[in-house]
Amino acid sequence: MRRLISLCLGLVLAAALPMMAAAQDGPLRIDITEGVIEPVPVAIPSFVPENGASDMAAQITRVVGEDLTGTGLFRRIPQEAFISSISSFSSPIQYADWRAINAQALVTGAVTVEGSQVIVKFRLYDVFTGQELGEGMQFAGTTDGWRRMAHKVADQVYSRITGESGYFDSRVVFVSESGPKDQRAKRLAVMDYDGANVQYLTGSGSIVLAPRFSPSGDRVIYTSYETGSPRVHVLSVGDTQSRILPAQAGSMSFAPRFTPNGQGLLYSVNEGSNTDIYRMDMASGQTSQLTTGPAIDTAPSFSPDGSRIVFESDRSGSQQLYVMPAGGGEPTRISFGPGRYGTPVWSPRGDLIAFTKQNAGRFHIGVMRVDGSEERLLTASFLDESPTWAPNGRVIMFARETQGAQGASSLYTVDVSGRNLKRVTTPDGASDPSWGPLQ
Amino acid sequence: MTLPKTAALLCAALLAAACTNPDRFGAGDGAGMNGGMGAGAGANGGIVPGSANDPQSPAYFNQTVGDRVLFAVDQSTLSPQAQQTLEGQAQWLQRNADYLAVIEGHADEQGTREYNIALGARRANAVMEFLVSRGVAPNRLRTVSYGKERPIEICSEESCYAKNRRAVTVISFGTAGATS
Repeated sequence: MRRLISLCLGLVLAAALPMMAAAQDGPLRIDITEGVIEPVPVAIPSFVPENGASDMAAQITRVVGEDLTGTGLFRRIPQEAFISSISSFSSPIQYADWRAINAQALVTGAVTVEGSQVIVKFRLYDVFTGQELGEGMQFAGTTDGWRRMAHKVADQVYSRITGESGYFDSRVVFVSESGPKDQRAKRLAVMDYDGANVQYLTGSGSIVLAPRFSPSGDRVIYTSYETGSPRVHVLSVGDTQSRILPAQAGSMSFAPRFTPNGQGLLYSVNEGSNTDIYRMDMASGQTSQLTTGPAIDTAPSFSPDGSRIVFESDRSGSQQLYVMPAGGGEPTRISFGPGRYGTPVWSPRGDLIAFTKQNAGRFHIGVMRVDGSEERLLTASFLDESPTWAPNGRVIMFARETQGAQGASSLYTVDVSGRNLKRVTTPDGASDPSWGPLQ
Repeated sequence: MTLPKTAALLCAALLAAACTNPDRFGAGDGAGMNGGMGAGAGANGGIVPGSANDPQSPAYFNQTVGDRVLFAVDQSTLSPQAQQTLEGQAQWLQRNADYLAVIEGHADEQGTREYNIALGARRANAVMEFLVSRGVAPNRLRTVSYGKERPIEICSEESCYAKNRRAVTVISFGTAGATS
């Protein structure tokens, strides 16, 4: 049976993977390549409560479904359409019943609760070939952390079908915003990737800006006005203790970014009218200056292998993107379209750079190859900025601020294809997201 | 300095401090953005210390001299009007050596957040360099940039943006560590 489900992640990937279009007639697989979106119909019967934990089982099933359908790659078949029911995790699968309702994937599961422990088991079936896809797995955790168990199941399902790593069991650090535009209160917060489990990391007594997760997710670096002037701070996520990083007296420092190994950072220092990018080793406090000249050089981002840095500079007269070696040196300009380009972020896959573009009174989130070619704009609005990559490099989260006196900021995600634009629900306004690693 | 005068200055400083919250980023009453130098000058004898009629008061600085200058989109160049305001600020600071100033640079919302921090810093620095060139001791001045974090006007139109692209000279009572 021909079941090629091809999903476009854009012309860039299509050009890179021309052979993918020939794939077909195999096991259940979403090839992410050029083509028309046709979400895979998936059946997710309510996970079987094995120890009377029916509420928990229902919740976990719901979140697995939300994770998968939230990608835009899957469509969940409503429970009412089911012919078979799954009453036991080990009962044999009646493939014909699932084929009859056109399910292509079937996810079954069971949930056991013992005290404060929850155990989630799942299996994934390729309905058309009548085979299990991969082996059954189980995850154990605390009942408080039940959502993580659901995300882990969904990550496995996503990964087995797409061949890509997942991104559901991940967290995002961001700036929570409240109050009117001219007296906005800001504090750092972390949440699950889907907006659940918001925890605040700082008070709202000082302006905080643009946090970044460390590569392992244990720390956050950010800019705070706690001293009355913008300075770089580092905060431990576990105990929310923060400290200020050393800086030259009287200077403003901001736009911090971790190095790929998490042991150092890049940041910008303003002196006079000039802003340059520096690098600091966190243990020793030793710094080196990576850019020079009278321009504004800021918003750096390392390539995942640590060899290069993309940053923005107005050395040409307006904000544009440049790439330089990790130790500094002559940068190469990579953005040449109309308008201004800022906030470049290197994809964790290494293949693309996401950026904010301002042109003709509108803001866009876009992506380009690392040499600046094949620019594509994914969004357009009054004010979009601050892109951050999902750990698998397939989705971008960003902040969108609405226009006018009542304007407020919230977080959105969009596929690297430009499809599946969705708002992330947060309790208050939200900006400056930084997507952490897969846990 | 006489005791009453010192007391008056202290009162003025306290008043200024008391206004910190609403006026912090220059929301104020907006009077006399670039007001004429003579606005409060006619009231000889009846001057209330610390009021906008008192040429030595922060209120006079803020309202009559003008505590802020405005900038064009994505620029930090001082316009002739801005330079005129800053001449007045420099003269006031020269006459009132018991005050320090923090120059706050701001940007409108049409820009990315971190770039706007750097842009606000440029604007504040342009003001500082001008004041220093007119003889104000650098150690009485400090700059800070708020980027687009503290607009005073909240509409998303040029009429508001124009007022948000600003550098505000915020004075406070005190002396520099080693005043020249």
